[in-house]
Amino acid sequence: MAQKTIAGITVDVTNEGYLENPAQWNKEIAIEIAGEIGIELTELHFEVLEFLRKEHEAGTQLSIRKVGNSGIVDIKGLYTLFPGGPLKYSAKIAGIPKPVSCV
Amino acid sequence: MNTETQERPLKKVCIICAKGTIEDVYATLVLANGAVMEGIEVKLFFTFFGLDAITKKQMNKIHTGTVGNPAMRMPGGLPFPSILGILPGVEAGVSAMMKSQMAKLDIPSVDEFLEMITAGGGEVYACKLAMDMFKLEAKDLWDGCSGVLTVGDFYAMCGGENTQIIFT
Repeated sequence: MAQKTIAGITVDVTNEGYLENPAQWNKEIAIEIAGEIGIELTELHFEVLEFLRKEHEAGTQLSIRKVGNSGIVDIKGLYTLFPGGPLKYSAKIAGIPKPVSCV
Repeated sequence: MNTETQERPLKKVCIICAKGTIEDVYATLVLANGAVMEGIEVKLFFTFFGLDAITKKQMNKIHTGTVGNPAMRMPGGLPFPSILGILPGVEAGVSAMMKSQMAKLDIPSVDEFLEMITAGGGEVYACKLAMDMFKLEAKDLWDGCSGVLTVGDFYAMCGGENTQIIFT
């Protein structure tokens, strides 16, 4: 298992940089991972991140469609928040595993 | 000798759909949506029977063929005799079952799927020749369609480094 220091905290990460343990996540870590991707986080981003973390904890298989139906953003909005990777970037920043969904 | 084998990421996929069955149309839509989600540019070109997928009247009524498909089996894995496939209602029943299985996996209807793809910047086009052949007009097409193209117009969109054309 690889380790990486993000925002001053040493966390366990996969070789693609996803957090192994969502409990090690905090907002500073989110901001730093987002910065590496080139995304500046707003309140709306954090609402999406919280939704993803909650759904992941509940054992939901995540998809952009589920986020689109969350009432937080529609799918177009999700692409605007996380350009080039609506699900993989948002999951990475949210500190949850890379979703295995094709939708 | 240059032995460098570094891979460069895919930048654009141009996907052609020429058939109107559930499996052909959904293969196209899943490939397209998956590409958009990875930040890959997508152009979709629907031609011949594939036009059903972007025709308002037909798009949410597509079926899977129950005749001449040896990979189709009964639920549970028993063989599905071809002769059953010709009975009235069987094609509709099988198609409804496939759609319900897909819905369980969070796979949307055709129109919603196309909206997801275009929400991510994917573009959807219809083939001019096939439109003429089936006597279709632009007003018959799904509203999110970006236009009607000749093959030449479509190829003109398929240029650029690391672009692939996929024929489902």
